[in-house]
Amino acid sequence: MKSLKIIHKIGLIVFTIGFFTFLSLFFLGQYQLDKNDLREVIGEETFPLVDEFASDIYDNKYNNQFAFISDFKSVLEQSNQEVKAKFEIKSDLAKEIANSIEGKAFQQSAIEKAIGEPSGEEEEWQLKQLKDYTGWMEGKEYESSEELTSQLENVIADVNKSIISQKGFSQNNINNKAFTITKQSEVGPVVQNPWLWLFLAIGIPIIGAIMYLLPKLKTEHAGIKNDGIFHSALKNRGWIGILLGTFLISFYVFLYWYPEYMTSWIVMVDPLSKMISGNPASQWFMYGFLYTLAILVMGVRMMIKYRHSPYQLIRTVSVMFFQLSFAFVIPEILVRLNQPYMDLKNMWPLDYTFFFDYRLNEMIEAGTIGLFMLGWGIALFAIGVPLFTYLYGKRWYCSWVCGCGGLAETLGDPYRQLSDKSLGAWKIERWLVHSVLVFVVVMTAGVLYTFFTGSSELLGINTYNIRAAYGFGIGAMFSGVIGTGFYPFMGNRVWCRFGCPLAAYLGLVQRFKSRFRITTNGGQCISCGNCSTYCEMGIDVRWYAQRGQNIIRSSCVGCGVCSSVCPRGVLNLENRDENGRFNQPSLIGNDSFGVQS
Amino acid sequence: MRNIVIIGNGISGVTAARHIRKHSEDNITIISAETEHFFSRTALMYIYMGHMKYESTKPYEDFFWKKNRIDLVYDYVEQIDFKNKNLQLKQSENMEYDVLVIAVGSKSNMFGWPGQDLEAVQGLYSYQDLESMEKYSPTTQNAVIVGGGLIGMEMGEMFHTRNIDVTFVVRENSFWNNVIPPEESEIINRHIRKHGFNLMLETEISEIIDDGNGRAKGVKLKDGGEMDAQFVGLTVGVSPNIDFLKDSELETNKGIKVNEYFETNQTDVYAIGDCAEFQEAPAEDRKPIEQVWYTGRMHGETLAQTICGNKTAYQPGVWFNSAKFLDIEYQTYGQVGNQPDEDTEVHFYWEHKKGEKSIRLIFHKEDKTLKGVNLMGVRYRHEVCDKMIRDNWPMKKVFQNLKKANFDPEFFKKHEDELVGMYNERYPNDVVKLSRKKILGVF
Ligand SMILES: Cc1cc2nc3c(=O)[nH]c(=O)nc-3n(C[C@H](O)[C@H](O)[C@H](O)COP(=O)(O)OP(=O)(O)OC[C@H]3O[C@@H](n4cnc5c(N)ncnc54)[C@H](O)[C@@H]3O)c2cc1C
Ligand code: SF4
Ligand code: SF4
Repeated sequence: MKSLKIIHKIGLIVFTIGFFTFLSLFFLGQYQLDKNDLREVIGEETFPLVDEFASDIYDNKYNNQFAFISDFKSVLEQSNQEVKAKFEIKSDLAKEIANSIEGKAFQQSAIEKAIGEPSGEEEEWQLKQLKDYTGWMEGKEYESSEELTSQLENVIADVNKSIISQKGFSQNNINNKAFTITKQSEVGPVVQNPWLWLFLAIGIPIIGAIMYLLPKLKTEHAGIKNDGIFHSALKNRGWIGILLGTFLISFYVFLYWYPEYMTSWIVMVDPLSKMISGNPASQWFMYGFLYTLAILVMGVRMMIKYRHSPYQLIRTVSVMFFQLSFAFVIPEILVRLNQPYMDLKNMWPLDYTFFFDYRLNEMIEAGTIGLFMLGWGIALFAIGVPLFTYLYGKRWYCSWVCGCGGLAETLGDPYRQLSDKSLGAWKIERWLVHSVLVFVVVMTAGVLYTFFTGSSELLGINTYNIRAAYGFGIGAMFSGVIGTGFYPFMGNRVWCRFGCPLAAYLGLVQRFKSRFRITTNGGQCISCGNCSTYCEMGIDVRWYAQRGQNIIRSSCVGCGVCSSVCPRGVLNLENRDENGRFNQPSLIGNDSFGVQS
Repeated sequence: MRNIVIIGNGISGVTAARHIRKHSEDNITIISAETEHFFSRTALMYIYMGHMKYESTKPYEDFFWKKNRIDLVYDYVEQIDFKNKNLQLKQSENMEYDVLVIAVGSKSNMFGWPGQDLEAVQGLYSYQDLESMEKYSPTTQNAVIVGGGLIGMEMGEMFHTRNIDVTFVVRENSFWNNVIPPEESEIINRHIRKHGFNLMLETEISEIIDDGNGRAKGVKLKDGGEMDAQFVGLTVGVSPNIDFLKDSELETNKGIKVNEYFETNQTDVYAIGDCAEFQEAPAEDRKPIEQVWYTGRMHGETLAQTICGNKTAYQPGVWFNSAKFLDIEYQTYGQVGNQPDEDTEVHFYWEHKKGEKSIRLIFHKEDKTLKGVNLMGVRYRHEVCDKMIRDNWPMKKVFQNLKKANFDPEFFKKHEDELVGMYNERYPNDVVKLSRKKILGVF
């Protein structure tokens, strides 16, 4: 017993050391730009232009990614300046063109007249652009030469704006190139020995975690052990919680918008990625890898903690299985087999890119397998959701299968008590989550409209803009940064509760047509509040239980923790005949009159 | 519009207020000196153990009271002038009432042990008791808990989470065996010891020892021994908290005397909850003082009817109760005595081989109808048990339908078949067949 307790303590130390090794990797990278790499990434054609500015930094060895990336970006920006200077059209040209017009109607031939025979690449390009941009003006009449001039000045400004995206490097392009180049320019310790670092930064923390967790099987009795949660600096928004939240939020910000800064972590998993899919690792591979590990290790913790409950054991095994196989390994293997990457258990609208043109095209082009994927993806939400939700409630997905749910139920379990149970929070939740559902439907409708008609305007709105807004606001910001980053602040289901459009859809079915309910055991509730406290969805379970009423809430993910923590055995998740599902609030035990509480 | 004043914001007083509000527009005021808002006394232990914050033990959000026009007064009632219908409060002005509900709950029993007034000697009933447990915990290594009951069990579990050594000193020869049958009591004995508690049965204390500074430092036992204890928990039951009413015209015995309408001997004055004592027990299997959460709630529900003009006698249904001993849940329905009565009862007792689960079904010997159900580590459905007992289900029907009574979560191992096996063995001429389980709960 004593030695187990020591192992438990050492485990925590080992884990902490490992975790700090992982963190320090972020700062351990060394970088040196290689000319051939650069040529490959930039492309033969543009390379000479970039080479001119990059030659200064080829010999530099950088000790951190910030300086390297900043220098590299400035190389591309300098190239942009040069390109811009080279291709820019002077606004005087507008007057010249206007002057060479005869009559009131604009003719494109005037442009040729003004520029003359194009000499060299620049003028050829300028002429072509100007013609493209003025096509719609052909034959149009202008009141005065001034009016035409100012119209032409606008056109020239637009053409000048397009220089960077066409001839230089757009912001997006710069970021992509920075990511690839930074990753390839790594020369630090990690790249020399990725397996070693994988062991130190990932293996050691796992070993520590296992040492920390397993002894609990013997040192703690099976049963609910929520001791000290509200005294904990980690689990009750104390300083450790704040630090952890800050780390998670920063991690997501880098992941979504600045992956070029986290290449050390990515290089570390490169060999692993090559082993599984044959490709070098992207930030998404690294993320998927860490995500899966988090679910597995914290899944073990979950199983130890709730080992008295077979429901929790089986459910946790289920989320661990779906994450490991469906979300992580199978998609990578599909890629290895030259099939589209697909997580077969993810579904629209959570998988909001499912109907995006590139995904549809990819599936259509992949032949039978691709078409199967398309059909499968549609059947999942069109048939699977109503059917299984009718039979078992939304838990069949949210707390048994889903990856977001899987992370929430394992990594997030220590924070479930932080969800807000107030009536006010419930109101916000209903507005927010259903708005996101509407948003995703509108966005997808727009995307499909564009896919089938080729027109990018729907009701005066550009469908690419809606899709970009959704991707940024909901896809990255809400589900990632807030959804997981806020675990230590607002509980483990912030995304599932306030943001997930699939949860909203499943919830509507669960609320109105399902056999699932949480049954309240007659009059046995003592209003202690454990159930509400530990409901990750912020449902005030006690409100119903103390009235003898069944709990039927669209947001309930059926995690079963309310039932597990209730000290009086009042709550039971059940699939039963729909009759009597919405029971009247009434408490058994008082025969004085028909009590309705 | 009447002024209805309720003393006590516990479950009984608050339930009365809520139900009165449903049926009337009268002014309702609740006075309490313990906490500003209603909280769940049953959850006191979870605050100490860090499972919950005080905030989460409040069954209603703070806005609830204003929204339902229930005025809360945070003050202590010192005296009641029943003739002039007037309350004397400690801090605020006197208050008049038209209807008065006394729901002042209980206080911990003290049996006059020498040293019982020392510091760090206390029961666990109020929020203030919890605060003082908090206060003494950091300087306590050994705690002695006197009395083998539910609150003692909770106190022990609380200290256990702070690594304080706990010794139970229990007069009986088995834990809580004045309430539950011997086998169940034995399960608890084993469980307590397995968790590392020191359980001293058939032992009583004679005195609490002073450390010289007015704080407890140990106890003396009746049989001579001595034990260190920087904290002594006295959990030997509770009794009505009515000292402030003792010298008034209100008729009291142990509690405030009431009839089946909760009427006291003073007009327009009612008493409910832990502090009420029925002139006659409300049913033959009931006691004149009922000190549990559920009955407090039922008193409140019923009295609200009477106050709102629908005069209603209190008629409790089938008895039920529940508790938890460390990790073992306990539920009971109907009549379960602490000693099986061979002459009038037939018992079926099943115990799991690991000794932490049991099911006991008790039938009347005469007509073979169900009398009571007692469960350790297994959950049963209140609705079904209530129906089986109330409708006098015969033995065979009970066994045929026993599975419907099980309320354990999905995937838990169910043991009803084993009980049916016991029945079939005992009555081989009239066996019960078992039904098949559905696949995935559907087919
Ligand atoms: C630790 C603990 C655990 C328990 N667990 C369970 C359980 O699991 N199941 C169960 O069924 N029962 C349990 N009980 C018993 C149950 O809590 C009580 O039966 C119930 O709370 C009594 O409710 P009540 O409304 O009658 O009185 P109380 O809840 O005691 O409320 C009375 C209130 O009146 C106040 N008051 C008293 N006198 C005055 C005055 N003169 N002026 C102003 N205010 C005054 C008191 O301060 C108190 O706040 C438990 C009790 C305790 C202490
Ligand atoms: S109500 Fe219970 S089962 Fe549903 S989400 Fe909340 S804790 Fe989980
Ligand atoms: S945990 Fe159980 S007893 Fe406590 S409030 Fe919830 S349902 Fe009631």
